[in-house]
Amino acid sequence: MFADKVLRNNSRLLIGLVTILVVFGSLPLITSNYQVSVANEILIFAVLAMSIDVLAGYAGRTSLGHGSIFGLSTYVVIYWTSVMGGSAWLGILLGIMAATMLAAVFGLLAARVSGVYFLLLTLALGMIVWGVTLRWTSVSGGENGLRGVGRPALLIDPVTFYYVTLGIVLAISILVWRFVHSPFGLTLRGIRDSESRMASLGFGTPLHVFIAFTMTGVFAGTAGAVYALFNNFVSPSTVQLSQSVEGLLMAIIGGIGTLFGAFIGSAAIILLENFVSQYTDRWQMVLGLMFIGTMIFFPEGVLGAYRRLFRGGGKRKKQFKVEE
Amino acid sequence: MDRRRFLTSTGAVLTLSAAGSLAAPSILRAQNAPIRIGLMAPLSGVVAAGGREIVEGFNMFWEERDNTIGGRPVEVIVEDDAGNPDTSLQKARRLVEQEKVDFLFGNLLANTGLAVANYVKDNGTPYFIPVIAADDLTQRQRIRNVIRVAGYTASQMPRPLADWALKQGYKRVATVAQDYAFGHEQCAGFAQVFSQGGGEVVGQLWNPLNTADFSPYIGQLASMNVDAIFAMELGADASRFMKQYSDFGLKGNIPLLGAQNFTDQSVIRTLGEECEGIVSSAHFAEGSDNPETRKFVETYKARYNKLPSLYGFSHYSGALWVAQVIESLNGDISNREAFIDAVLASELPNSPLGSAVKFDEYGNPVYDVYIRKVEKNAEGQYWNVPIETYPQVSQFWTYDPEEYLKQPVFSRDYQGIKQ
Amino acid sequence: MGSLNFIQFLNGMTLASLLFIVASGFTLIFGLLRIVNLAHGALYLFGGYIGYSIAGMTGSFMLGILGSMAFIALLGLILDAGLLRFVRGYELRQVLLTLGVAFVLNDIALVIWGGDTFSVPVPEILRGAVQVAGSYYPKYRLFVLVLGVVVFAALWLMLNRTRLGALIRAGVDDAEMVEAMGINIRRVFLATFMLGSALAGLGGTVGGAFLTLYPTADSEILVFSLAVVIIGGRGSLVGVAVGALLVGLLNTIGQVMFPELAYFVIFGPMAIILAFRPLGLFGRAM
Repeated sequence: MFADKVLRNNSRLLIGLVTILVVFGSLPLITSNYQVSVANEILIFAVLAMSIDVLAGYAGRTSLGHGSIFGLSTYVVIYWTSVMGGSAWLGILLGIMAATMLAAVFGLLAARVSGVYFLLLTLALGMIVWGVTLRWTSVSGGENGLRGVGRPALLIDPVTFYYVTLGIVLAISILVWRFVHSPFGLTLRGIRDSESRMASLGFGTPLHVFIAFTMTGVFAGTAGAVYALFNNFVSPSTVQLSQSVEGLLMAIIGGIGTLFGAFIGSAAIILLENFVSQYTDRWQMVLGLMFIGTMIFFPEGVLGAYRRLFRGGGKRKKQFKVEE
Repeated sequence: MDRRRFLTSTGAVLTLSAAGSLAAPSILRAQNAPIRIGLMAPLSGVVAAGGREIVEGFNMFWEERDNTIGGRPVEVIVEDDAGNPDTSLQKARRLVEQEKVDFLFGNLLANTGLAVANYVKDNGTPYFIPVIAADDLTQRQRIRNVIRVAGYTASQMPRPLADWALKQGYKRVATVAQDYAFGHEQCAGFAQVFSQGGGEVVGQLWNPLNTADFSPYIGQLASMNVDAIFAMELGADASRFMKQYSDFGLKGNIPLLGAQNFTDQSVIRTLGEECEGIVSSAHFAEGSDNPETRKFVETYKARYNKLPSLYGFSHYSGALWVAQVIESLNGDISNREAFIDAVLASELPNSPLGSAVKFDEYGNPVYDVYIRKVEKNAEGQYWNVPIETYPQVSQFWTYDPEEYLKQPVFSRDYQGIKQ
Repeated sequence: MGSLNFIQFLNGMTLASLLFIVASGFTLIFGLLRIVNLAHGALYLFGGYIGYSIAGMTGSFMLGILGSMAFIALLGLILDAGLLRFVRGYELRQVLLTLGVAFVLNDIALVIWGGDTFSVPVPEILRGAVQVAGSYYPKYRLFVLVLGVVVFAALWLMLNRTRLGALIRAGVDDAEMVEAMGINIRRVFLATFMLGSALAGLGGTVGGAFLTLYPTADSEILVFSLAVVIIGGRGSLVGVAVGALLVGLLNTIGQVMFPELAYFVIFGPMAIILAFRPLGLFGRAM
């Protein structure tokens, strides 16, 4: 029944939001400032992973370019506040706008493409952005990057900033959820499941993919803007391929198509990296093994597996759409 | 192997027994809490080899002192910055906020150093940078707690080389350098002095970092009709350039002058005759017969089975410098401002260079710079041997600092070339 | 000036030759198995290091080449039969799995050989330079140029004159049909994967002698290979050759004339082709 579905969707949203609020909200009360900053980072990257999940999980398009969209926003915010001396709030707005425009450009070029070609195209586009940040030294600072000027007075206290981040992240989560569960989102999922059927029904796939891509620019751009205030620094490594790769891995580990899995994936990768680097330098190998292991044993991710096991697996659509 | 912590109980035991054997135990027992040092270096990525040597040189110093200084045990916590500014920031945050280190050391690539400098600017943690050579950190954008112990600026070292080149009678020179700030600054150091001395910089080529194929550049250089070529390349780019320069038959035809990292031991160690005879300039030459340097090189070689590079040397000396300051404070570095003041006022009387090293008024050390040539030693290995010395070269060369600072920051477009 | 232009042209051609050798292996795997093997660059680098070690130990460049080809073919076998078999039929999972393999191989190489830069030693006859059009040109690069042509000829012959080649070509067009005809397509796939990997190993040893071997060489050559195969077209030998020529020449010309646009010169065309003609110049529809 439709009403049941709406209720189920809304309750799942509520459960997700409340869980995050409780888990992340209580952290500053029980941990040190350093660990709060780690949690802050987890929240920021969870939104990046979520933006990737929207396309991968709901439109069936896996992107390796979202790191550059995220990082462009960071660049704009830092450039606006430090080079142009503008206000951070306006800077955030400009950052999100820039990211959205870039996502629109990517989306325009990639709307007709799918599968592996989509992956490679977004990879190439991300590399172009990286190349620009590297070579356009007069604007981007080149290799050395740009230094920020610190956060606005209100946000200097790390715990305050953390809660503001949490608030923004929760708001974005609601926005994302509403987006993918709207009628538009439904169409997207139809495209993910069977493009030919959707085309024959008259739904323009390229247009829908384009719009979805652009929306993910808003999400990734928000994360990138907050990151600018968090890190107070930006350089080409913020837009490079490994950013996109890690974001994708976070989305996969959490569970493609689950949205809230992004938080699990982000926490898993960041905490693991923190933990592993204390004992060995072989983080790259660990990351690689995680990729391999996840693809073989675990492609639906943590939340995906949970859903399948506890929510009546048979009726659920495949979470990670990989066939074309 | 748990490389991270170099405090061992032996350090504590030695401290206690040393305390017991002296007449005034109370003084030494006062500060037994370990001194924690955060060392960041690129242990993965393109400059992984140099990064490893940073750790080796640094650790060698502390091990020689049994991991104790000023009566306190020393803990060195090593973090990999992956040659990436974002990672460096993450690690710096972890070291300062979670591991609560007393001060930070290290990094190799300029952009990682600048990122960390920006971070410590706000929290005042002392950050010592023997190898981060971005000019402005001791010029226009100086940060008080970012201190260049045993370090140098990018443009400092190539200047004597330009002067030497003029003395050899070279009139026309072309430069090839990596296209980023460090490359621009090193190249400008050379180009400015060379052109002011009457020489002509015929052309300047800039290659992106990690250029695998230098043939397009070498092709152009060969056709420029110059007396010598000044090359600024780092790490793998330096290896490749030297190799391809030799492959194309230019070696032996056009003299090659290098910036200090160009013929660094970390590069020439794995090369053959393509590096022989290249002239460069630096404060450190592993082939020098100065007794202090000899001793350092022999010890390093015995310990790590290779000749020391700039990275190992600089961090050994940097550790020595800071250690001496800590000793002079009797191990009490709890007052950060006093510690920083003490460092800035100090000098290094007994570095492996065999001469005293002092800061200039801007916090950058002044050195005797060698013009060095790559030669084969008795064991058949290549190393840099001094052939001439320029005494007391500061970051400002012979210029007046205030006048000098009025000129723009060196960049690709502004190389200080006199028209 | 004409002499300089010719030298730069040779530079582009010799680079193209190496890119062809590496990318041909990539396109065989991509064309027939439909796998975008993102570990191809790591296989190149690993092969180079192996070739370097063998050549260093035995003093023979030839042994280095053969040894690296054999070893990497074996690695390819393990990768395909040992890991990729678990994700057969899932295109994107395969891609991401190979990405993980690339990370692992790269790190293993860092542990074994360290971060220093190495050059594969070449035999005396290939050292030094010869006079070409009034300038000196390295003999070794000319060797690479010739080798590229030889590999092209060998692959062309294999694809067009042998049974295996016929099966591969048929499989690129329609794998199901081939299987329906009773051929064990799995074995063809495996042989192809091993051949493609061996070519990466060959590329590594040969490339390692003039471009040197160092920790990020794998991602650099991978990116070039992707560009070559995308531009030239999937599964086409001629496509790889043309793609390699274009990328090699563009890269060299780009570095000489438009150094600021260095990365754009490669990724721009790649992006445009992917957006408007994903099959590339010579690729064939499935």
